[in-house]
Amino acid sequence: MQHFPCPFCGLRNETEFHFAVEAGHSRPEPAERVSDAEWAAYLYANKSPKGESREVWLHLSCGEYFILSRDTVTRAVLGSVTLPGVTR
Amino acid sequence: MTGWRHQTLGRNIDRSKPLRFSFDGQDVDGFAGDTLASALIASGQRILGRSFKYHRPRGLWGMGAEEPNAVLDVRHGSEHWPNTRATLARAQDGMTVTSVNAWPTARGDMFRLMDLAHRFLPAGFYYKTFMALPWRFYEPMIRRMAGLGRVDPSCAPRADVAQVSAECDVLVIGAGPAGIAAAKAAAETGKRVWLVEESSQLGGTLRWRGGEIGGTPWQEFAAATREIVLAAGGRILTETTLWGAFDHGSFAAWERGVPERHWRIRSTRTILASGGIERPVWFANNDLPGVMSAEAAFHHLILYGAAPGRRVLLAMASDRGVPVARALTDAGVEVTLVDARKTPVDCGVPRVTGRIEAAHGRRGVDSATVNGKRIACDTILCAGGTTPTLHIWCQAGGKLDWDASRDMLVPRPGTAPMTVVGAAAGVLDLETAVEDGWAAGSEIEATNRPAPKSPPDHVFRPDPSLPGRQWIDLQNDVTLKDVTLAAREGFSSVEHLKRYTTLGMATDQGRTSNFAGLTAMAAVTDRTIPATGTTTYRPPFQPVPLRAIAGPARGALYHAPKRLTLEDMHRAAGARFREYGGWLRPATYGAGDETTVARIEAQTARQSVGVFDASPLGKLDVIGPGAADLLDFTGYVRMSTLKPGRARYGFMLSETGIVYDDGVVLRLAEDHFLVSTSSSHVEGVRYRLEDARQDRIGRGRVFIHDITQGFTTLTVTGPKAREMCRKAGIELPDLPHMGVGQTSFEGSPMRVARISFTGDLSYELSVPANLAHALHDRLDTALPEVGGCWIGLEAVLILRAEKGFILIGKDTDGATMPHDLGWGGPRTRREDEYIGKRSLFTPEAQGDKRRQLVGLRVRDGDAVIATGSHLIEDQGARRSLGFVTSSCFSPTLKRPIALALLENGRDRIGGSVQVFNDGEVRSAEVTMACAFDPKGEYLDG
Amino acid sequence: MKRYSALSLFREGLRAHRGWQPAWTKARPKPAYDAVVVGGGGHGLATAYYLARIHGINRVAVLEKGWIGGGNTGRNTTVCRSNYFYPESVALYDLALRLYEGLSRELNYNIMLSQRGMLIAAHTPAQMEICNRIANAMQLNNVDGKLMGPEEAAARVPLINTGPDARYKLMGGIWQGRAGTARHDAVAWAYARAASALGVDIIEGCEVAGIDVQNGAVAGVETTFGPIRTERLGLAAAGATPGLTAHVGVDLPIHDYALQAFVSEPVKPCLDTVLLYLGTGTYVSQSDKGELVFGGGLDRVPTHGQRGNLPVQEAVTAGLLEMFPAFGQLRLLRQWAGVVDVVPDSSPLIGPVGPSGLHINCGWGTGGFKAIPAGGWLLSHLMAKGEHHEISRPFDLDRFARGRLIDEAAGSGIAH
Repeated sequence: MQHFPCPFCGLRNETEFHFAVEAGHSRPEPAERVSDAEWAAYLYANKSPKGESREVWLHLSCGEYFILSRDTVTRAVLGSVTLPGVTR
Repeated sequence: MTGWRHQTLGRNIDRSKPLRFSFDGQDVDGFAGDTLASALIASGQRILGRSFKYHRPRGLWGMGAEEPNAVLDVRHGSEHWPNTRATLARAQDGMTVTSVNAWPTARGDMFRLMDLAHRFLPAGFYYKTFMALPWRFYEPMIRRMAGLGRVDPSCAPRADVAQVSAECDVLVIGAGPAGIAAAKAAAETGKRVWLVEESSQLGGTLRWRGGEIGGTPWQEFAAATREIVLAAGGRILTETTLWGAFDHGSFAAWERGVPERHWRIRSTRTILASGGIERPVWFANNDLPGVMSAEAAFHHLILYGAAPGRRVLLAMASDRGVPVARALTDAGVEVTLVDARKTPVDCGVPRVTGRIEAAHGRRGVDSATVNGKRIACDTILCAGGTTPTLHIWCQAGGKLDWDASRDMLVPRPGTAPMTVVGAAAGVLDLETAVEDGWAAGSEIEATNRPAPKSPPDHVFRPDPSLPGRQWIDLQNDVTLKDVTLAAREGFSSVEHLKRYTTLGMATDQGRTSNFAGLTAMAAVTDRTIPATGTTTYRPPFQPVPLRAIAGPARGALYHAPKRLTLEDMHRAAGARFREYGGWLRPATYGAGDETTVARIEAQTARQSVGVFDASPLGKLDVIGPGAADLLDFTGYVRMSTLKPGRARYGFMLSETGIVYDDGVVLRLAEDHFLVSTSSSHVEGVRYRLEDARQDRIGRGRVFIHDITQGFTTLTVTGPKAREMCRKAGIELPDLPHMGVGQTSFEGSPMRVARISFTGDLSYELSVPANLAHALHDRLDTALPEVGGCWIGLEAVLILRAEKGFILIGKDTDGATMPHDLGWGGPRTRREDEYIGKRSLFTPEAQGDKRRQLVGLRVRDGDAVIATGSHLIEDQGARRSLGFVTSSCFSPTLKRPIALALLENGRDRIGGSVQVFNDGEVRSAEVTMACAFDPKGEYLDG
Repeated sequence: MKRYSALSLFREGLRAHRGWQPAWTKARPKPAYDAVVVGGGGHGLATAYYLARIHGINRVAVLEKGWIGGGNTGRNTTVCRSNYFYPESVALYDLALRLYEGLSRELNYNIMLSQRGMLIAAHTPAQMEICNRIANAMQLNNVDGKLMGPEEAAARVPLINTGPDARYKLMGGIWQGRAGTARHDAVAWAYARAASALGVDIIEGCEVAGIDVQNGAVAGVETTFGPIRTERLGLAAAGATPGLTAHVGVDLPIHDYALQAFVSEPVKPCLDTVLLYLGTGTYVSQSDKGELVFGGGLDRVPTHGQRGNLPVQEAVTAGLLEMFPAFGQLRLLRQWAGVVDVVPDSSPLIGPVGPSGLHINCGWGTGGFKAIPAGGWLLSHLMAKGEHHEISRPFDLDRFARGRLIDEAAGSGIAH
C-alpha cells in the first residue's frame, strides 16, 4: 500500500488517489490553429519515465489536483506541491 | 512404526487431555497441544503423503512452513481445509485427516508404479511429447494426476476475517532471541512495538534448545519483553504470519487466533528477526520417509515428546547437530553422528567421520550407506547448515550477497528499509544475535562484532558423483539429474531452471529446495553462486488463506450498491429492485411477468400519470461568478446563454470528443447552476468540473458541491401530472417546458422543474432527504385518485426509448460524438474553446461512415428485436454496419421499437437494413430515433 | 535441432538423457545483422522466427537484457482467445489464435494449448445485451462465439455461486470454445529453439543503450556488448519501449502499470474453463498442475517496478471468493506483478516510428500473451517488407492523429 502526500490533507493511502496525467502538458489552443498531430501529442504522448517522474494526481477525497514527484521504479515519493493553477 | 512418544518430554502438550483423529482411516491418538505432525510421528505413522510426479512415499521433514511432504486434507465438523501442512495445524479431537495425491491411501497408493517409469519422465518431458493430437486430448488424464487436495464443493467458508489497519513505531518480525531482544530494547525507549511471531510462543529456537539471554533464563526474558512491550502501548501477535512486505513501510499479516484477523500494518521502523531454516543433506534416496531435519526432530522431541525413531544417524558438518544428538540420546534413542568434517570435536556421542551416500528401504529408511558401508538405522537426521529466512527482506526490495565464509546468502546492507538481526542476518551465535537485536531495538550501532570466520571445514552440496537419485525438490519431485538436464538444455539461469523443472514452485515455496537448486546449478555449470544468481521472493511469505486476504467483502458487502432514501417505501409497494448504474432501484412494482408489468406501468403513465424515484441522478451545485464560464468550457452546449429559471439539455465530452455524459443544466440564479448527471457519472463529472475550475477558471471564482445524496427527487409524468400534484396539495409554480421554479413543501422550499424524460408533461419534485417520506406519502395518496401508479425503471426505459432519448453507455459507445446523436449545432457554430472541441475535427470525426443514432421498425410481426443484434446490408457481404442499443415493445405504439447506432444512419432513414442475431436475419426499416410524438405535442399535457 | 517425440524421449530415457542439446544456442553478438529485434520475450522471439522462416532473413539477432521469456511472457495468466468486438481486433487476435493452434507441431515443442473454452459471464440484463453485441460481432467476423443462457453457463462453471447470498447472479455470457490457455514459458522457449535452429542469434544479458541513426535511417544499436550494425530494427520490449524510442525522440502514448497475477495451492480439477466475470472483474482458470490462476484490475499507479500492492490483492481475491465461495478453502501460493504498457485505447501499437527502418510492436497492455504469434508475425512482415500487413495497418501509431482509436473497453463495455 503506497502512501501519497496530498498538499491539502497530508499522507493518505494510494486508494484515495487517481493518476491524472504527466505534468507539463499544456492545452494547445485555439482549436482552429492546432494540427491533428499536435492535438494527438497533447492528448496521448507520454514519457513514461523510468525513475523520477512529475505527475498530476487527483486526491479523490478532497477533489484537489496537485503535482506529485516520485520515482516510478523504487516508488519513493519525492514530494508534492499544489497545482500552479489560476488564482484570480 | 518407528516414531514414539516419550514419557515425560513435551512441554506443549497436555497429557490430561487426550484426543483422537483419523489419518487415512486409522485412528491416531494425541494430546491437546499436539500439531498433526507431532501426533502423527508420535503414533508411529511414517508415510504421510506421496510425491507429485513419481508417487514416492514421503514422511515428515520439517517443523513449520518449510514442510514439503506432509500435506494433508483436513476435515473437522463442517470445515474442510485441503493442502494443510501437518506442521502448522493443531490436532483436534474428531478430525478426519487424509493424505493427498494418493489413492486410496498414502501407504497403499496405487499410483506408486509411476516411479518405475521415472527414467522416461524427466523434468519437462511433457514439452517433448503429446503433440500428435491436440493437447486437449491428453490433458484430462494429466489434470487428474496433478493437484494435491480437493475442493469440497459443499463447503463455503464464511467471509468472517476482519481486516484491520494499524500503525506502529517499530515492527519486529520474529520472536526468537534476536527478535525479543530488539522488541524489549525498543519498548524500553518508549516506542510502540509490534512483535509478530509465527508460532504460538515467544523464544524461537530457545524453546527447544534452551539458553539464557543476558544472563537470565530465556523464559524470564521473554515474559519481561511481553510486559514492557504491552506497557509501552505495543502489541504482541502470536500465531501470526507476516506474509507480505509492500511499499512505503506497509505489511500484511494473518492472525490465526479467535477472532481471526487480517492486519495491514504500517511501521516507521522494521526489524527483521525471522531466523533461518535447516538445509537438507543430499544422498541417494534422501526423500525416503525417515529422512528428516535434525532441528525439526529436536523441536518435536522437546515440545511434544515425539521422537522420530529408535536408531538414528545424524549427518552434520558443524556443532549445531551436537545438542540434537545429546537430547535424543538422553531420551533413549541410539544416535550415531555422521560428521563430514575432517577434524571433528569429540562430544560424547558415537561418531563416524564421513558422509551418508545413500539411504535404503522400500517404505522408509531401514539402513544407510556410510563411507561405503551399510549401517542399519530407522531415521536419518540432516543438519545440512542454515539458510537465513530473508523472504520479507527481498519482498521489500532487499538484495542478497553470497558469504562464502558462512556458506549462505546474507542481506546486502542498505538495500531494503529494515534492519536484519539474528540468524536471518547469518548470525547463529546466540550471544551475538541477542546483542545485535538489542542494538537494533535501541537504535545504536552494534559493537563487538566477532572477527570474520574462516570458511567452514565442510559444506554439504548435492553431489553429481554419487550414484542414485538425490532429491532437490521433494514435493515437486525434482532430482539432481533434472538440474543436470536443465543445464544441458540451456536452462541454466536460475529463473529458467525454476520454470523448466518446477524446482521451488511447490507449496513449500522452495524453502528446502532453492538453495540446493542454486548450488547444484552452480556446480553443474561450473559457475560461482553469485554468477548463477538467485530468484526473487514475492508475497506471500507462506501460503495464506484466500479468505484472509479477501476479508469480509462478500455478498451484500461486495461492491455494495447505493440505496435510495425511500427504499423501504418502494419495497412496501411491492417493488422488485435491480442495480442500475451502481444504485439499487425499483425495476417494476408488483407481481407478475416483469416485461408485462413494465408495459402496463408505461401505458398507465402515458394515459394518466406515473411517479418514479429519480433521486440517483447526479446533482452538482456550481456557484460563483465564474460558473457560466466553467460550464461553457466543460460542456458541449453553451450554458452562459441560459436564462435564470430555465433548464437546458447538454453533453459533457471527453477531450477525445467522445460523449462522456449527458444531462440537464438548471440555471437557478445568475451565478448558480445545478448540473444533473447520469447516476453513475456523478463523481466523474465533478472531477472534470474541478479540473477546469482549478486549472483554468480559478478556484476563487466558482465552487462545486455534490448535493446528490442530500435530496430526493420524485418525478410525476403523464397527461394528468398537473392534476395529480394539485390533488397532492402541491402548489405548482407556473412553468413552461424546461422551466425551473420553487414552491413550499411542509415549510421547506421544494424545487420544481418541468423536465421530461418521457415526452409527457413532467414535474421533477426535489426535496431535502428529510422530507422524502412526507413527499412520498402525499403523492402515494393522490395517485389512485387520478388512476396513476408508481412506475419502475423498466417502464421509464420504455417511455424514453419511445421518444428516442439516449442512455449514455447504452445507446452510445466509445466512438460516439455529439453530431452522431444529431447534435451537430455547437460543433459547427461555437467559436470559443470547450472540452473535446479539437477532437471533433479529426479526419475520423469528419468521416462519412460514422455510426449515427437511428430508430428501427421491423416489418415481420410483434417480436422484439434482441438488443445487441447487428445491422448488415440487405445484400452483399455480411459486414457489421452497427448494432441495436435499445429495444422493447412500445405499449403506446403497439409495435416493437428499437434504437441503433448505424453507419451513416441518418442518410439511411426510410431505407432498410437486415438485423442479424445469432445467425438469424430479419428485415427492418430505418427510422428517426423518436418514434412517439416527434412534434412534442404531449409535453404540455 | 534434435527432434522431440515420444520415441526420442524413450531413447534418451534409456541413456540417462545425455543426448539432449541446448534448446537454443547462447550466442555472442556479431558486428552486424540483417535485422535486430530488441526484446527476447514471446513477441521478439516470434518475430525473429518468422523473419527467418517466412521471409528468409536468417542473419537476425534477438537482444534480451535479462533472460528470455522473463518479462510479461512469463508473468501472465496464460489465456489465449479472440472474443473481441471490433473487426480489427478480431482479425488480429484470431490470427494469433489460429497460429497458436498449429504451433506445437510447427515448432515441435508442446506449448500445451488447451482449448477448454472461455466464458465471459454477465450478471445484469444490460451486460447480457453487451455480451450479445459481442457474440454477434464475433459471428459476423467468422469467429466462434455464442451467447449462453444462465443454465448452460452455470454448467460450465459448476462451483459458481448461485445461492441467494450471491452479490451477482449469473445470467449467462459469451462462450468461445476455441479459447483456452497455453504454457506461457514454453511459448518463448519453443520460438527460441526454432529460431535458433534457423540461425537466429539469441543474446541474453544484452541491454540496448542507444539507437544509431544516420541520414534519417536506423544504422545500428549501442548495447552493453558494444555496437551492432543493422538497418532493420524491431522493438518488442513492452514497457521498456518508450525508453528505447526516447533515443530517437519519439514519445509514445503509453503508460506503464503493474498488473498482478495470483496462484493458489494446487488442487484436483474443479474448474475446466477460463472465466471472466464482469460483475467482479476477476478472471480465473485452473492450470494443468491444479493451481487456480487468477487476476483482475491493474494497480492504478504508473510504475516500472514489478511489484504489486495490497489493495488490488484484496479486491481481486474478494472477487474470486464472491464468485466461488468454495475456493475459500484454498490458500494463496504465489503472487507476482508484470509491468504492462497500456495505450489509451488498450489496443497495441504496431508500425513504423521515427527513423526509417525502425518498427515497434508494443502497447499490448494486459493482453500481450494471447497475441504473441500474431505480434511476431506482423512485426516480421513490417521489418521484412517495410510496410504494413493489412491486419496491422489499423494499429499504426497514426490512428491517434486520425482519431480512429480501437477502444474495445468503450466499444464493447468490456475491459479486455
